[in-house]
Amino acid sequence: MNQANLVKANAGQTSHRRFYGHGIPRVQLEDLAGKLIVVEGADGSGRSTQIARLVDWLETSGHATVQVGLKRSTLVSAELDKAQEGNILSRTTLSLFYATDFADQLENIILPALKAGFIVLSDRYIYTLMARDMVRGMDEGWLKNLYGIALEPDAVFYLEVGAEELVQRNLSKKAALDYWESGMDLGLSRDMFDSFLKYQMNMQAVFRQLQKIYGFTIVDGNRSVETITETLWGKIRALLAEK
Amino acid sequence: MKTFAELNFPGRLIAVEGLDGSGKSTQIYLLKRWLEAEGIKVYFSEWNSSELVKSATSKGKKRELLTPTTFSLIHATDFADRYERHLLPLLRAGYVVLCDRYVFTAFGRDVVRGCPPEWVRAIYSFAAQPDLTFFFKADLEVSLNRILEGRPKLKFFEAGMDLRLSSDPYESFRIFQGRILEQYMAMSTEFDFVVMDANQNVETQQTAVRKLVSERIDLERFRRSSPLPLPPAMQRTNKVEEMEEDSAA
Repeated sequence: MNQANLVKANAGQTSHRRFYGHGIPRVQLEDLAGKLIVVEGADGSGRSTQIARLVDWLETSGHATVQVGLKRSTLVSAELDKAQEGNILSRTTLSLFYATDFADQLENIILPALKAGFIVLSDRYIYTLMARDMVRGMDEGWLKNLYGIALEPDAVFYLEVGAEELVQRNLSKKAALDYWESGMDLGLSRDMFDSFLKYQMNMQAVFRQLQKIYGFTIVDGNRSVETITETLWGKIRALLAEK
Repeated sequence: MKTFAELNFPGRLIAVEGLDGSGKSTQIYLLKRWLEAEGIKVYFSEWNSSELVKSATSKGKKRELLTPTTFSLIHATDFADRYERHLLPLLRAGYVVLCDRYVFTAFGRDVVRGCPPEWVRAIYSFAAQPDLTFFFKADLEVSLNRILEGRPKLKFFEAGMDLRLSSDPYESFRIFQGRILEQYMAMSTEFDFVVMDANQNVETQQTAVRKLVSERIDLERFRRSSPLPLPPAMQRTNKVEEMEEDSAA
């Protein structure tokens, strides 16, 4: 590769930012100086623990951080909670409600924070939303169009933990399994324990499928907290050194 | 986009579309009264009325939190909720469903707000086409005057103020409505709108509406075996309320 090509390739690298689809109108991608880091995984996969440790480490190292996650928007989080309590929304509605929640945080928190040079840590992202819907039989093409608004993150880590291990972790933490995380609405089994296992296995299969499309990093979440943190730090350090 | 008839639903869906102030809500209300009096199984649903989603929408509007994207998505959520929980089961049960605004409202408004047309249309791709869509086409000035005379205070999103078309709400409303009208006209052929001359008086329009409905839909099939008394929730609905809700969008 000669010098001119090398320069071009590097230039291409710095403006690698893109939306998955048409994105959000009037956003200048090159202005988004910060980094968007996503941690994905089921409840009990260690997501929150890892994010807390990352925030600690990043802030101690002098980086400003912002955290976002599912169902945290000002616009619809309360209504979404209420809807789920009563389990009264059908699947397209629930899907669009979650998409609204996501879009609100994307436009009002994620994009402005990136513009201000913050490191945004997202506790789950569109992949969980898509996987949940795909497990429920919704059309992948429809979901891809819907989430064409999403910004491609700088890094996505999927903490993969076996279904049996997830059961143990959830039970030791709350002594109960969550209705939605058990996929009880799907009628996989009347037995919550069985349903949880089946649902989480389905989710993992879909995540593997999504990984092929979106190319995120699968992290073995069965290891110790410290070992996982080391893995994440290593990757993020490299990412931060890029600029 | 297939109609409910083409999809072999026993029920039929009739939608009205038009600008704020085109008189469409009055027309569909009168159509509903007639069908009820005829003993037809009829259900009325209006844009932006799902109980659960509504509180989020009105919060978003009051606090001016909505962007073109979230505006579009929250209305799609509202529509999906009504569609899946009410419209579909009723259409399966052989009702005539009347909709004050349907997906075309989103196709028009969201696109004017800058959302890509393909994105909006694909989101609503779960919805079938109405069996009959009336588009009430009034002169822009007539619609504007009806709204501007009656209620001089325009709401932020209603006036399209989020588009920064003009700092004057009235001027903004005019430009915004004009652009939506263009969108409607562009959709008219594609979605087989029955274009009604909304400059005519109420009675003339209603006569035409009823005639067309009875020609296009075999109403005998939707008659109750014996007329039922109206449930209280339906009696409560009155015209004034509908007009207000409509332009709250």
